[in-house]
Amino acid sequence: MNDLTEERKPPVATTGILGWLRINLFSSWFNSLITLFVLYILIQFVPWILNWTIFAADFKYNFNGEEIINREMCSRVLDPETGGACWAIIYVRFYQFMYGFYPREEVWRVNLSYIMLAVAVVPLLFDKFPLRKHFLKFTYAFPIIAFFLLNGGLGLEPVSTNKWGGLLVTLVLGCTGIALAFPLGIILALGRRSNLPVISMMCTLFIEFIRGVPLITLLFFGMVMLPLFLPEGIDMDGLARVLVAVTLFQSAYMAEVIRGGLQAIPQGQYEAARSIGLSYWQMNMKVVLPQAIRISIPSIVNTSIGLFKDTTLVIIVGLLDLLGIGRGALADTTWLGLAYEVYFFVSLVFFIFTFAMSRYSLYLEKKLKTGINMGAD
Amino acid sequence: MKKLLSILAVSVFAFSANAGTLDDVKNRGFLKCGVTTGLAGFAAPDDSGEWAGLDADMCRAVAVAVFGDRSKVEFITTTGKSRFPTLASGEVDMLARNTTWTISRDVNLGFEFVGVNFYDGQGFMVPSALGVSSAKELDGATVCIQTGTTTELNLADFFRLNGISYEALPIETNDEGKENLFAGRCDVYTTDASGLSSTRAAAADPGKWVVLPEIISKEPLGPLVRHGDHQWGDVVRWSLNAMIIAEELGVSSENVDAQKSSNVPEVLRLLGVEGSYGEMLELAPDWAYQIIKQIGNYSESYEANVGPDTPLEIARGLNALWTQGGILYAPPFR
Repeated sequence: MNDLTEERKPPVATTGILGWLRINLFSSWFNSLITLFVLYILIQFVPWILNWTIFAADFKYNFNGEEIINREMCSRVLDPETGGACWAIIYVRFYQFMYGFYPREEVWRVNLSYIMLAVAVVPLLFDKFPLRKHFLKFTYAFPIIAFFLLNGGLGLEPVSTNKWGGLLVTLVLGCTGIALAFPLGIILALGRRSNLPVISMMCTLFIEFIRGVPLITLLFFGMVMLPLFLPEGIDMDGLARVLVAVTLFQSAYMAEVIRGGLQAIPQGQYEAARSIGLSYWQMNMKVVLPQAIRISIPSIVNTSIGLFKDTTLVIIVGLLDLLGIGRGALADTTWLGLAYEVYFFVSLVFFIFTFAMSRYSLYLEKKLKTGINMGAD
Repeated sequence: MKKLLSILAVSVFAFSANAGTLDDVKNRGFLKCGVTTGLAGFAAPDDSGEWAGLDADMCRAVAVAVFGDRSKVEFITTTGKSRFPTLASGEVDMLARNTTWTISRDVNLGFEFVGVNFYDGQGFMVPSALGVSSAKELDGATVCIQTGTTTELNLADFFRLNGISYEALPIETNDEGKENLFAGRCDVYTTDASGLSSTRAAAADPGKWVVLPEIISKEPLGPLVRHGDHQWGDVVRWSLNAMIIAEELGVSSENVDAQKSSNVPEVLRLLGVEGSYGEMLELAPDWAYQIIKQIGNYSESYEANVGPDTPLEIARGLNALWTQGGILYAPPFR
């Protein structure tokens, strides 16, 4: 019984590079065609893009070795044939892109906030983080610390939000909007599914109204109308007003996303929770929401990415976020006409953030195995 | 609801108008000035984050008049849509934001234009290779034109008046117009002359493009304040006038100290050596001296921000003094 048949290698065409190519890129005539087409596009563009953005580009000095201080000194202005991107505009204005007009002697406060943001968020995102419990305490305190650090007060020099700009504004809007909208969205979603008609109607009205108008309208509402509703003498900060609008907008979308997750939880889960004597809140907090949010992760990240990019709309109400600072740079007569560089840089920064968000969502999905069928199976 | 809102709005605006903007500004310690989010030559942040431009200078001049210090100003960025509510609600003390003075804005919106710091107007830009020297030779040309603007109507009027025809290529934004013109999809691009100049300056080879001499509309751009606070309106108006008068009298930031011992009576009045014009405005006696010293006269501001030596290369044209072929004219300082 020992004379096993000799092991044979699998056919050449299914293993190794060749096999991989065959299976993944050339499995049918149509796929082969697409592969060749994509390859052609890559060959056409990638070298050109690399050359323009890196090899032929100016960073601080032009091809004559002079430090670039205006557009006339850029290699691509001096010699349009060979010159690549002129990153000097980014280099010279990097401070503005990151902090806007924040006073230079106070900028350590922004940097400290950025570092603290990382310390607050990373333990929140990864549950294997050492001493996570203690770090999470800091996470809860972070918004308050950041508020005083950035805005001033408690012995720190106040810095008016008019001076904030660039990535700082983008991050403040994005982070606050996402962080505040999440709990609000949960409450709205639960409220909309509530058995109490008044609560359910109010939540439905709110969600439908906010979803029914464009973000720009809400921004204008926040900027122009909100001051009229406030009691006389109370002067609400411009950035705060925009934050209110952004948060309301995002919470309505978040509510619908979470409601989608709630719909997917089988009735049996509710009944089971009730039957063991859990109250409404216990049922939701311990049984329903953990499952509902788990299956909503892709959509939650989706709307969050959407919001992060939508923050660029605040330029309409006169706040200079990352994109606004870029446009301001293009309006400076020293740098007129370097639009490609500025927009490339801004999109790169946005890409880094949104790509990180989407990769994290994938990691979370894998870890929580949201793909499998769950509930009463 | 609408009525309630307008009552609310009026009461809020009226409240802020009564408070006395000059006192508010003095108590606050700095001026809040509304500017664009970035417009070449008029207001844009420079590399160090300082706002520069013709409109930014206007803001600084008022700050100097009130505080004697050009840095006592906070620039608040506004867009074409948000500028008027921002001024009306008292979030800014004044606007110097490239805003055309029209009757509806002056009267109906409840603002007061205190003067004109730049006379703009709709113009045409063509490739120099086209060999055209006047807009009247543009018969049959394809024109890039922003839809839904007054420029579109002005264009139609101009071509009809001159009995020539054109083909419109509708565009939405200035950038789109730029791209289309540079790519040769239209022969002519038309928008405000200052906008044409910055478009031209941003071209790969500005020498390949010419701005034609015809200006076919009136766009007087100037600073504005809220209706009803005449004292504050006077401060802004005379800050602008002081710069224009200084140019007229040949007083500049370089010779202003020497001019203090001039024998021209109006110079002495302007610089606060004689008379009590500062007191009338509730400003320091040397307020105009400080403006000229720290900002310069109108010509200096113009040359530094939009003039022929800047990338924008906008000739003085209408913005020259009335004595030099332009229409810039300030009432006498007496």
